[in-house]
Amino acid sequence: MTVAMNAMQRLLTTLGHQEPDRVPLFLLTNLQGAKELGLSIEAYFSQAENVIEGQVRLLKKYGADSLYAFYYAAIEVEAWGGRTLFQPDCPPLCGAPIITRPEQIDTLQPPNIAEASGLQRVLKTIRGLKERVGDTVPVVGVAISPFSLPVMQMGFDRYIELIYEQPARFERLMQVNTEFTVAWANAQLAAGATAICYFDPVSSTTIIPRELYLKTGQRVAKQAFSQIKGATAIHLASGRGLPIISDLADTGTAVIGVSALEDLAALKAAANKRVSLLGNLNGVEMRRWTPLQAEAEVKRAIAKAGRGGGFILGDNHGEIPWQVPEEVLFAISDAARRWGRYPLDWIDTWQDESV
Amino acid sequence: MNAWINPFADALEKLDRIGAERVFNQALSQLTPIQTIENVVVPALDRIGLAWEQGDVALSQIYMSGRICEELVDRVLPPSDPDRKHQPRSAIVVLSDYHMLGKRIVYSVMRASGFELFDYGRMDVDQLVERALADKIRVLLISVLMLPSALKVGEVCARLKAAGAPVKVAVGGAPFLFDAKLWQEVGADAMGASAADAVAIVQRWMEEMQ
Repeated sequence: MTVAMNAMQRLLTTLGHQEPDRVPLFLLTNLQGAKELGLSIEAYFSQAENVIEGQVRLLKKYGADSLYAFYYAAIEVEAWGGRTLFQPDCPPLCGAPIITRPEQIDTLQPPNIAEASGLQRVLKTIRGLKERVGDTVPVVGVAISPFSLPVMQMGFDRYIELIYEQPARFERLMQVNTEFTVAWANAQLAAGATAICYFDPVSSTTIIPRELYLKTGQRVAKQAFSQIKGATAIHLASGRGLPIISDLADTGTAVIGVSALEDLAALKAAANKRVSLLGNLNGVEMRRWTPLQAEAEVKRAIAKAGRGGGFILGDNHGEIPWQVPEEVLFAISDAARRWGRYPLDWIDTWQDESV
Repeated sequence: MNAWINPFADALEKLDRIGAERVFNQALSQLTPIQTIENVVVPALDRIGLAWEQGDVALSQIYMSGRICEELVDRVLPPSDPDRKHQPRSAIVVLSDYHMLGKRIVYSVMRASGFELFDYGRMDVDQLVERALADKIRVLLISVLMLPSALKVGEVCARLKAAGAPVKVAVGGAPFLFDAKLWQEVGADAMGASAADAVAIVQRWMEEMQ
């Protein structure tokens, strides 16, 4: 019989490709903290104390296995002089690009993290969360990859053109961005983050072909990871990754956040115990799931990827939409506890009713 | 199938602008510009779109190949050319969110397929309904990336319908790929999984409207 573990032990065991007491659940509810406190999303993210309180309440409410220090992606671009657009029911969005002409890249300098008020709020949040839970619950920090950050810095279309048509400027941008991302990730680790979720959707095969990834996103990740002083998890934010699982593992990442568009069993086989998987509940569909459907989806994910460890149950995007009802989140949490308990003997007689 | 489609699509997937132009010119030596578009460019983009849906081609290739085609087609068929398709008044827009790439891709592929359409850029619900009614739009293509934006399509469709506008709405973007029932839930008339899908949908509607 498996001895009960705390969330940190559960995570470390599964990352070691061993079976913990149950499948760890990362319920990435960064926005939902605002609902807990009865605040608008903008007001919620304006104070570190709000986010600390919101995330701790969510941890108790749903009994998941992580605390998420993520605010919103555009907070990094604020440090570069960008603006964030807040809406009542939506993740905060990045405003106008800060790079409007490619020539600006030639003289671009990374911002100083100590002078970025938004990033300082995140660091204060990490310190506060760490004070509350110590080493019993992992505190997940977030850094946008140097390779994906330009989508917000200059716009997606111009960035794709830059990759293909201006290799020297692309290299210069990667150099500046890597300096920033490494400093930002290390500041979060120093503040108490257990690991860094490295959001890198541009590296997914949804966005670029594998041969281009090997020359760009993978090389950038290897350079960044060699300087980040802690564990990383590459998250493809719903993008496909099956054809590059082995290439992603080659970066040294411990975890890959995978897409609902791909089969979890195929992903687990391709990961081949070299890397753990996080996913892949469909965050968009989740909005209209019934509790019974939520339970069935959790069972399916665990049946496909749970055995042998190396698996964290979560959504497929790294952020559960604001529109997902509480009853669905409770159902996911309950199902993870009921069906995620090792050994997963029930899988022997389980039949996938969706097939 | 003619002999130009696969070489043209192969060149586009490799982003081989010179190779694509060579095949395009070979076709032009035997076909009219509009025949070249309909018999070479559209089927090639359709093949690439299908490969995208199957996960075999990436978005960056779709975007860059759409741009190459748009440039080639603009050269032989300028925006004002009478051979451009006689189509219902059409427009494309990003609703509510600020992610423009999907719309840019569909716009390029539509133009590379001989269509002309208004590019509304990014609009909120009120702006879009008002503009679509004022322009007497018959085909409206709406692109979104975020789930909340996708849900706002429902309000657009309801208000256009309430105004009695004979407009058909096609939607596209990540939320509709991740939830196959969402486009019907918001009251759209069709969903395109790729830019090539958008072309096929508009062609179908053109025939129905004639």
